[in-house]
Amino acid sequence: MMTSPFVAQPMPLNRLMYRVIGALLPGMAVATWAFGIGVLVQVALAVAVALATEAWCLNLRRYPVRPYLADGSAVLTACLLALSIPPLAPWWLVVLGTFIAVGFVKHLFGGLGQNPFNPAMIGFAALIVSFPAQMSRWAAPLALAPADLDAVAQIGLIFTGHLSSGAGFDAVASATPLDAIRTGLLQRIPLADILGTPKFGALGGAAQQWIALGYLLGGLFLWQQRVIQWRLPVVFLGSVFLTATLFYWANPAHYASPLLHLFAGGTMLGAFFIVTDPVTSPTTPLGQIIFAGLAGVLAYLIRVLGNFPDGVAFSVIIMNIVVPFLDQYTQPAVFGRKKGGRA
Amino acid sequence: MITAEESRKITLNGVWKQNPGVVQILGMCPTLAMTSTVVNGVSLGVATALVMLVSGMAVASLRQYVPNELRNPVYILIIAALVTVLDLLMNAYLRDLYLVLGIFIPLITTNCIVLARAEAFASKNGVLQSGLDGLMMGIGATVVLAVLGAAREVLGKGTLFAGLDLVLGPQAAHWILHIVPPEYNYQFLLAILPPGAFIGFGFLVAGKAWLDKRASAPEASCATGHAKG
Repeated sequence: MMTSPFVAQPMPLNRLMYRVIGALLPGMAVATWAFGIGVLVQVALAVAVALATEAWCLNLRRYPVRPYLADGSAVLTACLLALSIPPLAPWWLVVLGTFIAVGFVKHLFGGLGQNPFNPAMIGFAALIVSFPAQMSRWAAPLALAPADLDAVAQIGLIFTGHLSSGAGFDAVASATPLDAIRTGLLQRIPLADILGTPKFGALGGAAQQWIALGYLLGGLFLWQQRVIQWRLPVVFLGSVFLTATLFYWANPAHYASPLLHLFAGGTMLGAFFIVTDPVTSPTTPLGQIIFAGLAGVLAYLIRVLGNFPDGVAFSVIIMNIVVPFLDQYTQPAVFGRKKGGRA
Repeated sequence: MITAEESRKITLNGVWKQNPGVVQILGMCPTLAMTSTVVNGVSLGVATALVMLVSGMAVASLRQYVPNELRNPVYILIIAALVTVLDLLMNAYLRDLYLVLGIFIPLITTNCIVLARAEAFASKNGVLQSGLDGLMMGIGATVVLAVLGAAREVLGKGTLFAGLDLVLGPQAAHWILHIVPPEYNYQFLLAILPPGAFIGFGFLVAGKAWLDKRASAPEASCATGHAKG
């Protein structure tokens, strides 16, 4: 029975976390359909490592292991990281990244709720800075794959680094849509010709656009469940869209359409699952708008003008740094008082 | 003159208790920037220790004649002069190493540990004490540079003592130790890049604090036992 005051109770943390993980399932399912069983192998590896690291760190810090392990936060970090890396990447990549994310970014900073940076994004950044070659080797979507790549072959590729025929990763490798645009433009191939290849669909990458739609669906579910509010994702997506429109309007022969930037790379995953992380995003409404807005601009700029395959991870990390300042300087007036604390 | 008791205390302070790297957290710029290999780290550490030995003695011997208001510029001039000598010597006799360490040799002038010891110790103590203090503080810094350099080199490139030929001549090029066999092409860039320096240094500071806490545990068990609820 509830006692007064009868205000809405906040959702318990574990239910919130499992709802977010549940919202990832559509995207994860589409990714598995598009890229094969490798996606699930990476997720399973990441979850196992995340739980082991979490248990080890909790034990070292003399916290009760079982309740903290069951809150689902480590599992969520693992899923986000595993979905960001190439599905057929060598097994040690996701193991190392998850260990860094949970051990270094979360527990060294004080554990659940204390980390200033998004653990999955730092894990991703550490991997892409350390192993750029492995991190940019995406396999082609199954529909476009040149070699026959069944489940056994995929698992073999992840754990041994080569196919049973002896062929290496190059037999199945293919640049991501964003990479294809970048390298194509460097070779002075007209943008229209690049976008005309079967790699691209109506919205974004031929396979990646459906994964992005899966994340969009999960994000809408989270919004409907009131796990997230509209402000962060809408402002982030709007900011990416506006920045992309500006560049597209200035030079449509060189910059891809704003729609492609919404549905390519990590934009959708970032908008609904990364930017909305309650620990590493501001709490005030104005702070959230500034945070998500600048993160969107930076994500686009790093993606288009930088050397890395995508910009979402770096832009979120950069904006994570200023979150405490945003929270401090954008505090709304207390109810019933004017700004500045006067009655 | 200097007593045995005094020299033991100065040595312990410099190398362990007041270690400039992991306790005073001074001179971070070279500590973080020059520790991608053991050889780089130790070379810069030894150069700093030499400057500190001589600057400690020079400052202590002049301490009666330097007006209090002008002491900082005078100390800086002394240190800068010594660093210039070292800079020219290294350029003449260890040219390859000199090119690797680059700007960080002249920057020993602005390394705050050098000035800190001149101000905190040499300006108040005898010549021998100050020389020993400078040398031991320098050695303390060198130990930190060596450990951090070793950790980053092993983790980042799987080798130890890469570039020893820069210091000891071409025959030392073969003394490189491959912890990971070279045919694996092992590389973990994070450890070599600046983030690796910060992370590794954080672990060194925490490790020193942990060792100290463990050493003082028997008499202070009541105090630390309840520190965590």
